Amino acid sequence: MLSVEARTSLGRFELDATIEIAAGQCLAIAGPSGAGKSTLLRVAAGLLRPDKGVVTCGEEVWLDTCSGANLAPEQRGCGYVFQDYALFGHLRVWQNVAYGLRSQPRAARRARAHELLERFGIAKLADARPRTLSGGERQRVALARALAPEPRALLLDEPLSALDARTRASASRELAGALRDTGVPALLVTHDFTEAAVLGDRVAVIVDGQIVQRGTAGELAAAPASAFVADFTGAVVLTGKARVGPDATTIVDLDGGGHAVSTDRGSGPVALSVHPWEISLEPADAPAGGSAQNRLRAEVVTVTEIGNRVRVGLAVPQPLVAEVTGAAVGGLHLAPGVIVTASWKATATRLVGL
Amino acid sequence: MLDALWLSLRTTLAAVAIIVFVGTPAAYLLATHRFRGRELVITLVELPLVMPPAVAGVALLAALGPGGLIGGAIEDSGLRLVFETAGVVVALTFVAAPFYVRGAQVAFASVDRSWLEASRTLGSSEARTFMRIAIPAAAPGLLAGLALAWGRALGEFGATLIFAGSFRGRTQTAPLAIYERLGTDFTAALALSAVLVSVSAALLLSIKLLSGRQAFDAVG
Repeated sequence: MLSVEARTSLGRFELDATIEIAAGQCLAIAGPSGAGKSTLLRVAAGLLRPDKGVVTCGEEVWLDTCSGANLAPEQRGCGYVFQDYALFGHLRVWQNVAYGLRSQPRAARRARAHELLERFGIAKLADARPRTLSGGERQRVALARALAPEPRALLLDEPLSALDARTRASASRELAGALRDTGVPALLVTHDFTEAAVLGDRVAVIVDGQIVQRGTAGELAAAPASAFVADFTGAVVLTGKARVGPDATTIVDLDGGGHAVSTDRGSGPVALSVHPWEISLEPADAPAGGSAQNRLRAEVVTVTEIGNRVRVGLAVPQPLVAEVTGAAVGGLHLAPGVIVTASWKATATRLVGL
Repeated sequence: MLDALWLSLRTTLAAVAIIVFVGTPAAYLLATHRFRGRELVITLVELPLVMPPAVAGVALLAALGPGGLIGGAIEDSGLRLVFETAGVVVALTFVAAPFYVRGAQVAFASVDRSWLEASRTLGSSEARTFMRIAIPAAAPGLLAGLALAWGRALGEFGATLIFAGSFRGRTQTAPLAIYERLGTDFTAALALSAVLVSVSAALLLSIKLLSGRQAFDAVG
């Protein structure tokens, strides 16, 4: 269990946040740039001392500004993955990974470094210099280096933002696997809600130093606490398996049931994303019509008003979110448990390979 | 002649050793820590850069010489500086140190801060981070600063003459020997000058090569 409570001035506003992460869980802090996300991470790692705060990991007190306790970063044992990866340019890849294993003999350090590089599929790069690596390779080295000393908590600062879109999907899948395997609390910050949804078991949205909402990504998208969170959550992501459909379309058999149609190409496991405002709702017995090729039977789970719009959390059975205007809701009698038809266009459906 | 060159070599090496030993951690602290009076410390360290060497010699006499500010304490400790080889080392250190400290400070400041932080989170203390990450990463800049400081020390004239005097075999370094021979044995002065020019040129060339490599490393 990692718990961080921090209050500190960030110039324009004050960071005031409390988080708790159980062992083996990943909390993703998502928010716009300059919201104080990285500051929270630095407080946890001991790289920044907040004006007021308490940081504990398990039974250990890492920081308590009241009692004056403050463990140096090197005594905390946090694995930290930096945004630009911060690989030591004057050391080879394996030496980077072995850097945190100082108490062991050289042969043992080398063996452990190779074992980790092997696990991330980059054993052949062991003797390379960091500047010769691609973005995806650097990210894996940084992760291997952070994991090598068997950290008590894992801290990740925008671990995927330095990667191009193509590398990001595979890196994200790998990272999710690594986070599951570590069994330690993981704290990840990102400005990208989709990244937070994919990597975090739970997501906390931070704005101007305050956590405005926390929950699972599905809960946040379905029932955003504010217009900001609603906009920030962006597209809803469903997963499934793609196969070729008629008229140059792709049919995705959704995990858990149902299928969707997209004009994007894809095959095998895919993530399908659609913006809540692209989805319209009709009574369950309405006749199929119009140009929407996607029609899914959905059960209403939540109904949340945000200004003149209404966010409707649906189960298809994967969680889906529709955002409709108040006027469109009128005849539907939306309430939890009601069955409706969610429809949207194939052209509004994006596919990303997983 | 040869003993002047030998003395120059010994005293400059001693001065450079002191400068590196004390100046490297000092430059690191100045580059990575913000503290009260930091600007004042930097100004004091850099002052000899803009001070005429003769003034530096007078300042050293006023501070460390007999009857100087802390001259008494130095005399009590049994250390003799004025008109002694040790005095030459003090003068060279004082005048050449800023060339190294300035370069080292810039080199340390340009080391990616996240490297230092990554090292800390990987279990290394600040001292170990300094030794294992900061110094290797800043090495090209440190070497360039070292070459500049050494070059400056080799050519030192005014401060040495005023603080340590010009006694053959004891305080007469190569530049002082050149000045002394100028009137009597021009050929010898010319030969010694040629040697100093060669050494300085070699140092300058090494700076160019090192700073070129540093730029390459930064891009990589």
